Order: sequence, then structure tokens, then C-alpha cells
Amino acid sequence: MSLLEITSLRTEFSTRLGLLPAVDDVSLQVHPGEILGLVGESGSGKSVTGFSIMGLIDAPGKITQGSIRFEGKELVGANEESLRQLRGDRLAMIFQDPMMTLNPVLRVDTQMIETLQAHRSMSAEQARARCREVLVQVGIASPDERLKQYPHQFSGGMRQRVAIAIALLLRPALIIADEPTTALDVTVQGQILFEMQRLTRETGTALIWITHDLAVVAGLAQRVAVMYAGRIVETGPVEQVLNAPLHPYTRGLLDSVPANNARGQRLHQIPGMTPSLVNRPKGCAFRNRCSFAGEDCAVDPPVREFADERLVRCVRPLLEVKP
Amino acid sequence: MNASSSATLLAQDTPWRQFVRDFSQSRIALFGLALLVIVLLLAIFAPWLAPQNPYDLAKLDLMDSRLPPGSESMLGSTFVLGTDGMGRDMFSAILYGLRVSLMVGVISGAIALALGAGLGVSAAFFGGRYEQILMRIVDIQLGFPAILVALILIAVLGPGIEKVIIALVTVQWAYYARTARSAALVERNKEYMEAARGLGLPTWRVLLKHLIPNTLPPLLVVGTVQVAHAIALEATLSFLGLGLPITEPSLGLLIANGYEYMLSGKYWISVYPGVALLLTIVSINLVGDQLRDVLNPRLAR
Repeated sequence: MSLLEITSLRTEFSTRLGLLPAVDDVSLQVHPGEILGLVGESGSGKSVTGFSIMGLIDAPGKITQGSIRFEGKELVGANEESLRQLRGDRLAMIFQDPMMTLNPVLRVDTQMIETLQAHRSMSAEQARARCREVLVQVGIASPDERLKQYPHQFSGGMRQRVAIAIALLLRPALIIADEPTTALDVTVQGQILFEMQRLTRETGTALIWITHDLAVVAGLAQRVAVMYAGRIVETGPVEQVLNAPLHPYTRGLLDSVPANNARGQRLHQIPGMTPSLVNRPKGCAFRNRCSFAGEDCAVDPPVREFADERLVRCVRPLLEVKP
Repeated sequence: MNASSSATLLAQDTPWRQFVRDFSQSRIALFGLALLVIVLLLAIFAPWLAPQNPYDLAKLDLMDSRLPPGSESMLGSTFVLGTDGMGRDMFSAILYGLRVSLMVGVISGAIALALGAGLGVSAAFFGGRYEQILMRIVDIQLGFPAILVALILIAVLGPGIEKVIIALVTVQWAYYARTARSAALVERNKEYMEAARGLGLPTWRVLLKHLIPNTLPPLLVVGTVQVAHAIALEATLSFLGLGLPITEPSLGLLIANGYEYMLSGKYWISVYPGVALLLTIVSINLVGDQLRDVLNPRLAR
């Protein structure tokens, strides 16, 4: 059984221009202990998907359709208190900017201990021992001194480690990481990725890694879901999706990575821009930028299943142009 | 950059220590702080410092009335700052007056801060109609001149220290509410608030431990300015004969008492309480100015 099962999720934001779907008909599964990469450009709805799972969508946003089942429990429409109990405990989130996710006026130990005590009745001593343990786990030396410090005394990478430690405190079944290494140096990013991989293996925690960086996904995830304009356009095992993309958009993303180019060759780019929520084209949202598009792309493309659990939302998947 | 950050690491630099260092950068602010501390000490220890209890009518002698500064009393003690029309020692009266003025200013400021901050932060946090209604009330409140509102309230409620405090709180809470709301609106959208909710912390905890402490810096700045305003407003009310009872004169009432003697050359009855009021307000404002510079989020690293 899968740990998280999202079916045809739709999250809309009400604006002056009407209801605009940031996430539309998204279906996803995450198995226990699995690392799923959720890839897409800015504005593709990947973060909104993450926030929808956490139940952190605030007005004017709202989940208007679909279901999110986590450990067998339905999260859409669940009351705020039961969601609150789930958050931080079974379900944790790591945010993009490590400079901003820790409260600047509270010491690190205060923030960690309050999280533990919000979910478990434990003494401050027990809580502190657990904090120390997790800090060591995420690779922070001298945890006792570090616990007494304020966030501004930590470097960016260290803060993200603390944020990861806080997410791990209560041994959640699923962590949603929203571009947690985007703001970090490449070397630090490498360390954090390595640590995350090790930690999820050790603790059996499943991970949804939201990113726009295909290289990160290639190194970290087992499965990948590619999002475009609020929809998942392709899902499958990482090696297969990245080596032989079926959706033209995935192909375009891969070609845009400069490392995949021969030296001296002109860099690839996907022509045009991500459609905004307001003027999303009917049918396949990518067809205006797609070099394979035809008349038949003007209808909503169905989701087609291929071998090895690969799902593609495209009328003209790249079967024949596969190298 | 790197050297300084590692240096601060070694020094175990708490936000408080950083704050003290930043504050001490300005000499004039330190002077203001020193002055404020002296004024506060004088006010707190007035009963032990004052040569005479100006509230005890039995100790007053009409024969001593309106003596210029430095005169000797019938009993041989010196009136450093002279006496007023009732034969009160002005120095003692000023110390006691300071006590009343500061107490009224600080208590009303604290109540208004708590009330305004609570309402403002909750408005930003919960939003919706609650916020709309509350902020429109704030707008209306701020549309009236403070002195007018205070005068009407005193006229309706009657005199007395607690009535004056109620009037001052009514006049001031809206400033705090507006500042607290705008600060909270900024903080609410920061990622650590989202993170705190993402950790499943109870709402009251997010509000009290995460949101309110981060809105305090601008409130402290407004607080110092408002306490100075409150003291000045209370002095105005007392000067107009409203508010505090004549038996427990605040600085404003002392100034009013001496007003009628100004033209007959007996300047000290009005001027010295005025100077005390001036020094108090200036010292608070100097401290407040520096607080604003230190706590300004735009100048923060």
C-alpha cells in the first residue's frame, strides 16, 4: 500500500479574475521510504502541491477537488486540529530558504523542544536529549553548544541542517522538501543531498523533493514526477524518465541543462514562456511551445500508461523519436 | 565578513548583547538614558529624598508661601527651589509630581501596549471581517484629536488617577494596534511562520511565541514615544484642572498652580516643574530615537 495517495487533486486560488487552478488533476503515489522528485519550472504548481498535502493552503487558495490519503486517512476536508497533530509528527516539511525558516528571536533548542512538546508529553530533559541525537544525525558537531545558539549564528548550510533536524525530530513517515538546497552553495548542496539520502535510508522516511534542478533529482530520487502548468505531465523511475523522456516537455527540460550539450554547440532552450494561470491554453498547456504539437493537442490529453509504471499526459509521446 | 561572523560566534553574541552594543554607539542616547535613569530614581525614591511631604497638609506652613529659591524656612531648613502659594517646598513637590506623572504615563502606556498589540496582532493573524472592523475603529479613533477624546472622557468619568489612565489608554491603544498589525502582517508572511505551522504547533503558541516577539521592536519604539506623549497629555489635562486631584499634584498641576504668579515675578513655581517635565520627556525621546535607529528593520544586517 502506498503511504501517500493523491487522486485528481485540484487547488484553486480565487482572484479578481475568477478561480484559477494552480494545481489541476494531480495524481501521485509515494511508497514508504521512497524518494520522489517533483520537478517543474517556477509557477508549475509543485510547491502548491506540497502545501496542499501539508494542509497549509491559506485563503484565497482552496482545495476544490480530489483526495489526499496519507497513511489511510483522508486529509482533504479533515479538521484543522487533526491536521495540526499530523503536521510535524507524521508529516514534516523543509522550506526553501534556510535563512527564513527558523524564528530569529528564539534559540535553536527552544524551537526544537517546543516542536517535540507540541506532539509528545515529554520532559525538557528528554526532549533535549532527542534534539542532541538528531543534530548529530544531520552532521552537526558539538550539538550542545549549537543548541544554545540563535539562528543568526549559523551559516546557511548549518541552518538547513537544523531545519532538517527539526523535520526529523518526531520520525515522520513523509517529509516534503520544498527546494531546500536551492539557496545553498553547490558544495553544501552536495553534502545535504548526501545526508538526506542516508537519513531516509536509515529512518525509512519517505521524501518528496520539490526542485527545478534535474541534476539533483537524478542523483537523489528513485521516481520522478514532472509538472507543467499545474499538471503532472510525466511520472516514472528516474533513470528511464531522464534517459528516455516520453513527454516533449521533459525532453525540453533535459535539453536545457547545459551539461548535456556538446562543447561549442548552441544551448537549447524551450521557446516561449510558462503560461500564466490566467491564459492557460485549452487542451495540452504545452502545445504552444512544443515542436511536436499538432491539431490533436487542442483537446485535453489523456494520461497514458507505459511499461515500468510510466505515466504520460501527452497525445503524441516521444516513442518513435527515442534515441 | 567571515572574520566578523566567526568572531561573533566565539563571543556567544546574543541578540541582547548586540542590541546593547548598537545602542551605546550614540553618546546623546546614552546621555538620554542616564538622564532617564536619574529621573526614574528620583521619582521612585521621592519619599526618601524629598525634604518635605508635600501631600501632608499639616507639614505646610502658609508663612513659608511663595519664598524664592534658596530661602530658609521658619524651622531652619532650606527651600532649594523655593515654595509655592501653599508654602510647599517646590523640590519635594516636583519629586512627588514626577512620581505621579511617570506612573500615570508608564501604566497607561503598558496597558495600551498590551491591549493594542493583542488586538493588532490578532487582526493581522486572523484577518477577514474581524480585521476590517477593528482597523476601521482604529482609523476613527486616530481621526479625533487626543486631547479632545481625553477631555470628553474625563468629563464623563470624573476625576481620579484611574480615570486619567483610562482616558490615556483610550487615546493611545490605536497607535499600538496599527503598528502591531503592520509589523505582524510583515512577520506573518515570513517563512518561519509557515514553518511553525508546518511543525504542527498549536495556534496560540504560534501567536504568542513566534508572532508577537517578532513584532516587539517597532512596538517598543512607538511605546517610548507614546509614554512621552502620555506624560505630556496628562500634564495638559492637569494644567487644565481636569484629571488628578489637587491633593496629589502632578507636574502639570504644579505648573498650573504657579501660572498666576508668573507675571508677579515668582517664576520658580511654574518654571521648575516645567523644567522637570521637559527633562523627562526629552530623555524618553532621546532613548526612543536611538531605539528606532537600532531596531529599524531596514538598517538590520
